Parts: sequence; structure tokens; C-alpha cells
Amino acid sequence: MNLEDIIQKTKTYYCLECGKCTSICPVARYDPSFSPRMMIENALLGFEDELVLNKSLFSCLTCYNCQQKCPSDVDFPVFIREARSIAQDNGQYGICAHSGQLQSLARLMTSPAIKQKRLQWLSKEYRVSENSDVLLWVGCAPYFEPIFEDIQFSALDITKASLKTLNLLGIEPKLLPDEKCCGHDALWTGDIETFRKLAEYNAAQIKEAGIKKIIFSCPEGYRTFKLDYPNYVSLNCELQHISELLAEKIGENGLKLKEIKKKVTYQDPCRLGRHLCVYDAPRKVLGAIPGIELVEMRHSGLESICCGTSAFTNCDSYSNMLRAERLSEAVETGAEMLITACPKCQTHFRCAMVDKGEEHRPTPKIEVMDLANLVANAIEEGGNTIK
Amino acid sequence: MTEFEPQIIAFCCNWCTYAAADLAGTSRVHYPPNVRIVRVMCSGMVNPIYVLKAFESGADGVLVAGCHLADCHYIDGPVKCDATVDKLRKVLHVLGLEDERLRREMVAASEGVLFARIIKEMVEQLKKIGPSPFKAKTEALA
Repeated sequence: MNLEDIIQKTKTYYCLECGKCTSICPVARYDPSFSPRMMIENALLGFEDELVLNKSLFSCLTCYNCQQKCPSDVDFPVFIREARSIAQDNGQYGICAHSGQLQSLARLMTSPAIKQKRLQWLSKEYRVSENSDVLLWVGCAPYFEPIFEDIQFSALDITKASLKTLNLLGIEPKLLPDEKCCGHDALWTGDIETFRKLAEYNAAQIKEAGIKKIIFSCPEGYRTFKLDYPNYVSLNCELQHISELLAEKIGENGLKLKEIKKKVTYQDPCRLGRHLCVYDAPRKVLGAIPGIELVEMRHSGLESICCGTSAFTNCDSYSNMLRAERLSEAVETGAEMLITACPKCQTHFRCAMVDKGEEHRPTPKIEVMDLANLVANAIEEGGNTIK
Repeated sequence: MTEFEPQIIAFCCNWCTYAAADLAGTSRVHYPPNVRIVRVMCSGMVNPIYVLKAFESGADGVLVAGCHLADCHYIDGPVKCDATVDKLRKVLHVLGLEDERLRREMVAASEGVLFARIIKEMVEQLKKIGPSPFKAKTEALA
């Protein structure tokens, strides 16, 4: 796809140069050289090099804040995504966080010969069924486990909590022993080839297993399956995020939730919120746990601010400032706990809190937890017997 | 059909293992020519991505070798290296890669014979387990 096609596809030519995108952009607030408006203008004036050879192309969080405010409905995040693929063709890559390990793993996974050992964490206390047509998407969690152990983050805990909750709701899902990365990060950093391979492989696996419904504990996988896979592969499955499922089922099945006396606040993940418009389900779940008091942050729901990095690219001091701001917003609410529904939000917040900050401005501290873990805790201590 | 010849990438520390490889050469100790040595200033600077890139580019095995714990030119390089390799090993394990493909050794500058033995051993092991599963990808691209 060349620049002209991208302009056509994302309706960039409707841009009024009003600059609302730049004024709402969380990155532009800290990084004065980053301007979505200028990027669009460069594209429209045909200055392709100015756009694609610029490192800040990879700084965009693709958080969809700009598109919400755009009077012409320009799809800026998709514009950026496609521009990144041109940049990759020209040998320009973003500066990948964690030295690019996660991107490299996605590329390694495209090899058809590998036999992953991704389900070794599965113990007897969880019930999975080979014949079930419901799939719980595990995604990158087994890989995140060793990579993020030094920031005390366990992605598998989220998967385990989701699985336990599903079991208690009477669902015994299937887990695929050889599913691969959904390709979200590859797609959003412009590596379309890797994404296509992963998508084709995953779609074939899911079809072969006869899956009718997929449950995600990660909004990025959910977004990728729901909005991006249909452009590359056909997949006739019902897709649901764990929070949506819980919102539906909570209160049914005689599920007793134990009281957890805590004041919490909720971080809307970009992928679940603005990308897929799921705002109410997680809040409904939080409301259903007795004792939980939900207080909203200054920016919440549609206006919520991203956790600071997307697709593990260009994580810099500006991202860190953004995270510190978001954390201080959470602390300001007086909440004891910050609840998210995305493993990556948690990674980024925990990573920011490892950095103590400057002496006169220390990084705010708050406990971060995934929604699935909170629900699992409430169920666990509620004395439910597994049916 | 010709016998499978594994390709090994060895990240060797400038002060110890690289000198050991040199010593093996000057003292005419033979070892198989399957290894490509990348000299790094310290085993502690070996980043996980170096190893992953090596596998991505079609290496069958990777050796990360440097000074013994107390010998480091930069005080605690081997400690850092151990931590990196341990973490990476866990990641590669999930990916289904055989443990033998990533090897961590400590070879002092005087241990040329040991270096030759390690390479010999590694080549034998890799011949037994066959080509890297990631090769399929690289060949498809070529």
C-alpha cells in the first residue's frame, strides 16, 4: 500500500487542519515535537519521507483519543499503522522496548516447525475440556511470565483467574496447545507479513478445533480477532472479553461473591474502551462485587488516558511521564487499588512504579490488579463449591 | 545426502573466552569449524535480542561464554550474563526450543582446550537433535 492508498483508505483528505487531534493527544502534551496534525499534513502534501522517516511515527499510542475528537472522522491510528508498514519497507523501525524481544518472539513463532510448551502452568485444579467448543485465548501470557518477573507481574495469574472463574460459572473451556501470538504488536508496528502468517495459522488451528466461541482475557487479542482478522482470514466465531462474559453471567448460577471492602478505580484499556466501546461491562462487574466502591478518575471512559506505550515500541521518558500522570490521577481519587482489564496496562504501570522518580516528584504508588483477579478473589473466598 | 552441519553462533567475551579461542588456535587444538565467533566486550553485555536474532537468522545453537565469576574485567559481568541467560532459557523453553541449543559457559583465557571441547560437544549434540525449528522460517523466506 502506498501513501495515496492510505490517504484514501483512512479518509485523511477530509482533514480540516483544526488541530484537535494534537491538542487531545496524550503524547503531544509531553513531547512537543509530536504532532498528529503535522503528520497528516505531511502526508497530504506528499512529503512521504518527512512522515515515514521520522522516528516519532512510532511514538503514537494508537489510543484513538484523536479520532474521538476529529470532526472529519479521520482514522488516524489506522493511518499511522499503514504508514508504519511503509516505514518498515524503508528499513525504519521504532525503538522496541525490552530490546525488541517481544517482536522477535512473534517473528520466531511464524516458523511452522516449532512445538510450543505453553500450557505447562496448567495444574489439576483447573478444569479444561478437550471437546468444548469454547476457547480461552491464552495469548502471550506464558511468554510474559519470565520476561516480566522482575517487575513482579504475572500475566499467567490473569489467565489462571479467568480460567478459575469460567470453571465456577460452569464453563470448561478448551485451551489450544499450540496457539501463536495473535500478531497485534506485529501489525501495529507495521510488520504485516508476520501478522498475516500468524493470523492464518491461528485461524486454521481454531477452525480445526471446531471452536464456536473465544473468550479473551486480553483486550489486544480481542481487538485483533474482532477487527483485524476479518481483513485477512475468515473466522466464524463468537468473540467475547472476559469482562463481558462476567457482566452477563454474574448474579446467575447462584454464584456468591464475597465482600471485598475496597475503594477502587478503573483504567479503561484503549483496546477495550475506545477501540471496541466496552465501557459498561467491567463497571457492572465491579458493581456486582459487594463492598467494592468504584470511583472514577478525572479522565475516564471515553476520555481515559492510555497507559503510555503501545505495541512495546518507543517507550521513552515521555511515556513514563504519561504513566506517572495516570497513576497520580488514580491516587488522587483516594482509591486503594487500580483495576485494569488489560495485562499490558498492568505491565506498564508496574514498570513505571519500579522507577522511583525524582526526589521532588516521586512516582505515585498504587496497587494494580486485573479485573479477572479481583473477581477470582471474590469468588474464591465466597466458599463456592465447584459444581 | 550430506550430513547435517550445525551452525553455532558463539558470543565470546573479549578478555577470556575470545582469548581462549585464540589460544586453542595457536596451540593447534582442533575443533569443528561449525562455530562463528562474535566478540563482545563482556558476557554481561549479551542482550536477549542478540541470541533471538541469531536463532531468527537460522543458527542451530548459540553459545554465550565469558569469564569465570571472579575474573570479570568489569567486576560482575558473568552475574548479569547468568541472569539474562536464565530468563531467556525460560522464554525459549515455552517456545519449545531444546535446552541444548542455548549454552552458557565460563572459559578463562588459559582454557583453550576447554573451549575446543565445548565446541566439539555442542556440535555432536546438535547433530543428534537436528536443525533448528526456526530454520523452516528462514528457508521459506530465502
